[in-house]
Order: sequence, then C-alpha cells, then structure tokens
Amino acid sequence: MQNRLTVVVVEEDRDRAIGIVDALKESGDCEVFLIAHHSALARKIAAHAPDIVLIDIDNPTRDMMEELTLASGPLDRPVAMFVSGAAGGLAQAAIEAGVSAYVVDGLAPERVKPVMDTAIARFSMVRRMRQELAETRRALEERKVIDRAKGLLMKAKGIDEDAAYALLRKTAMDQGRKVADVAEALVTAAGLLG
Amino acid sequence: MRRVTLPVAYMPLVDAAPLIIAQEMGFAEDEAIALDLIAAPSWSSLRDMLGFGRVDAAHMLSPVPVAMGLGLGGMTASLAAISVLSVNGNVIGIGRPLEDKLRAQGYGFDFADARAAASALKSASSGKLVFGVPFPFSMHVELLRYWVERTALGADSIEIRTVPPPLMAEALEAGDIDAFCVGEPWGSVVVDRGLGALLLPGKAIWQGAPEKVLATRTDWAETEPDLVGRLMRAVWQSSRWLAKPESRIAAAEILSRQRYLDLPAELIDRALSGRMILSGHGEQRQCDDFLRFHGAAASFPWRSQAKWIAHRLARAHGLSADPDTAARVFRSDLYRQHMTQTDADLPGASEKLEGAIHHPTAVGSTRGRLNLLPDRFFDGAVFDPDAPE
Repeated sequence: MQNRLTVVVVEEDRDRAIGIVDALKESGDCEVFLIAHHSALARKIAAHAPDIVLIDIDNPTRDMMEELTLASGPLDRPVAMFVSGAAGGLAQAAIEAGVSAYVVDGLAPERVKPVMDTAIARFSMVRRMRQELAETRRALEERKVIDRAKGLLMKAKGIDEDAAYALLRKTAMDQGRKVADVAEALVTAAGLLG
Repeated sequence: MRRVTLPVAYMPLVDAAPLIIAQEMGFAEDEAIALDLIAAPSWSSLRDMLGFGRVDAAHMLSPVPVAMGLGLGGMTASLAAISVLSVNGNVIGIGRPLEDKLRAQGYGFDFADARAAASALKSASSGKLVFGVPFPFSMHVELLRYWVERTALGADSIEIRTVPPPLMAEALEAGDIDAFCVGEPWGSVVVDRGLGALLLPGKAIWQGAPEKVLATRTDWAETEPDLVGRLMRAVWQSSRWLAKPESRIAAAEILSRQRYLDLPAELIDRALSGRMILSGHGEQRQCDDFLRFHGAAASFPWRSQAKWIAHRLARAHGLSADPDTAARVFRSDLYRQHMTQTDADLPGASEKLEGAIHHPTAVGSTRGRLNLLPDRFFDGAVFDPDAPE
C-alpha cells in the first residue's frame, strides 16, 4: 500500500481555507495541513515535507514557493509546478480555476489527480463567489454615483428625480457611454467646480 | 494597418514604465497596437501567464528566460528576451537595527562605494545576514551574490529569501529579514515607513546590469514577426520619450495612477530622477543613471549579458547544462531584424566584454554614432563571453 499523500494548503482567509481543507480531507487518502501566514513560508512548508502544495494563483507569496523548485532548497526534494506531462489538461484547468500546485518530483500523475480535481472544484467555487461579490460591490458603487448625479441635476435644473434620470440616460445613449460613467463625470466635474 | 490588441503582463514597478508609457502616450497607437496591460500578482504568475498564452508579452526579470533555458524553476516553456526594458534600478537596503549599528560606527552612507558598504556591514553583523529578494531568478540575487563573494562579507555571510516586494517592509518589521535588494519604488517605501535605510544602488555593483526584459514565448516571437516588430518599436519610442528630462514629471504622474502603481508620484520620481532619499534622517544622494531606459544601446539584448547571467546561474546551482545555449534566449538577432527600420543605432557586434568600459566609448554601429556607457563591475573584473572563468 502506498503512503498517504501529504498536502499543504497556503491560504490566509480562514473561511476559505477551512472549505478547501475539508473538501480535500473528504476526497480521500491524504493528510492536509494549512499554513495561514506567509512569514517564513518556505521553512514552514519544509517542516511538513509535503507531496503537494496548493496556493491561490493570485497570492503574491506564491513567489516564495519558487524557492522550493531548487533542489538545494529547504525541502531537499525538488518540486515542480504542476504543469506539464501526462496531466497537461489538468494543469490548464487548475490555472483557470486559480490554483497553482507544486508537486514533488516523481509523484505519479494518477496519485495527484484526485487531489487536483477536488482543489480545482473548490478554487473555482471560491473564485466565482469572489467575482460575484466584486460585481455586487461595483453595482452598489454605481448606484451611489448615479444617485449623487441625479441629486446634482435636480438641484441645478430644478427638475424631479425621474427627469434627472431620463436626462442622464439620454446623454449616455447619445454619447454611447454607460449611465454610470456619465454620472461619474458629472460628479467629478461638480466637485472641481464646487 | 488593422489595430490589434496585445495582452501584456507587468509587475507594478517603476521599471514597467516603457510598457505603461507606450500605451498611455500613444506610442502603441502609432504602431496600430493597443496594449492590454495586466498587473500580475507575482513573478511566477506573470511567467505562467506568458508561458500558457494568457498574455503575448511581459515585463520580466532578465534572468528568468535564461533560468528557464537552463531548466530551472517551476515551469517549462521557451521564452525569448526580445529587448532590454531597463538597465539598473535596484537598491540594496538594511533594516533599522543594522542601520543603527552602522551609524554608531560612523558609516557615511555614501550610496556609492560597494566595498566600503560591505566592510561596514561586516563589522556590524554577527552571524548570517538574511536578505529578502523578489524572486530566486533575478538580477537582485545575482548582484547580491557577486557583491558578497568579492568583498569582506564573503559568500557564506548571507542567506537569501524570497519576499514579494510589497511585503518587503512588513518582512523587515517582523524581523524575517535583516536587509533586502529590491526594485524601486519598494526600497523608498521602506525608507518612508521609517523601517530602514538604503545602502547601495544596484549600479554600484554592476553599472551595466540588464534589469528587466521584454519577454515573449519563443514560438510567438518567431511566428508573429509583424506584431513583434510593432511592439518592439512602440516600446523603443516610449523609452526614448522616457529618457527626456522634461518627460519625468508626466511619467511619474502616469505611473502613480491607481490602476498602475497606486503610490505617490513623488516616491516614483526618486528612481526616475536618481535623487534618492536614503533614510528617515533625510540624507539625499544624487545617483546619475540610477535607472536607464534608453540611449547607448540600453535596450539592445546583448548576448554577452545573457551569458554572464547563464554562467552565474549554472555555477550557483551546479548545473551541467550548457550556459551558452541558454544565453541564446537574448534575441539580438530579432532586435536587429525589427529595429533596422527605425533610427536606432545598432551596435556592430552582439557580444562585448562585460565590465570593460570605464568611460563613454564609441563603438562600431550601423549609423556610426553609438557611444556605450560605462558597464564596470565594482571590482574591476571583466567577463569575456568567449572565455568565461
């Protein structure tokens, strides 16, 4: 029987980290460790002697992982980013999902696959949620700017709210721009003039 | 000419200026291209984006394509350095505890003498000094190693750790590192946060260090000659604009914007003007050519520069791969091919003795008016690309 795989997950956000760790544990035969803080990252990783290290692709501390690709590094076992060879398709999926994996040299692709499948699914979900949150925030911001622009127009031209919005929309359509962009330009201009 | 949009990745640093300015000041537009500039969160991400085809070109640490040519690092792909984006521009700095000790010794912080700085550091330190650098394959690491090997400090005096530049100040504060070598504006950020002082500019170690390159995938560079040429020329025009003193203020303003560096223009201006503030004590030093983008064949990818990098890397990592083969990633051939249509003055040779130029020197070139600037190593050594030590 082969030994259980040791997986280290590097993730600062506590809730996200718990989700990933739990999913990996459920998926089967691996031991999972979490590193939440990037201080002395390479040393902490080396202490676990992991087979696989997973880290968010957008995490700037990813560059610290690059040290582990050198055989003279603290692991004394070279790792490669999980990119090429037999599992090439998986690598592309991983990149799209926003997870980068560092795998110890010589580990068979079929042993990596279950872990990666789980990680990809989990990171995709996290990424989708983050995008949705960002979009909601942006929509909220746009709403606020449009409200301020409407207020400025109502005051300056003595018109009501509906008329103010209609004016914004017409201007946006005439100029081929978004209502929010026109509103923002108006608010900025008013700020400069006021 | 049909306008083409090229996705291009960069790291938010002052030396990403040639790409940012090419887009912002219309030099890309002149070549009928638009640069879709994507800020990368880390050097490894940037490399992966380029390797996997998410972007077509990138602002990259000059040793990265060479290291990949030697089989080093977490990704295998063949990258080409089609031009040099910047020469010099790094700083070596130290945290407060070391700064205080150096002051107590009466060290003058001249920001120039590499040997004196090493000796001062040697007597101020007990045990190994831990240096933070942005990436394991970087000019930062090469300059640091070269410096300690050839001074009072000695090769075993330091330990090098990777710390992403925006976290350098934090790592100093936490005591994870004692000192650092980083690209601007991150050294100045450390100074302004009162966490340390600048010791040396990169050019005090090597005056002609190729810092960042414009990199593409090798296959793209070879199969898209038209786009490569347009990109290369747009960036060249941009760097020419950047080299004019009257462009400096506008350049600092553009770089400081939220979507690029998102830091005060004053901080960015220090690297562009070479007027560096060294510490919270307010010492100011003028360092000419602190960071160079243009002129004196600055953007020419000298094969000999790549060989220097390749030989250093091969030795440091005990590699048997042929360094001269890896050095071919610096594509002086493509540079010549695409730049002949401009008024760039191209050097006659693609290799030079690195470190041999001590005064501005006229060399053979296509237009006959090329002067190369000093490229001295601090110890006066000369690297002969045909007979590396």
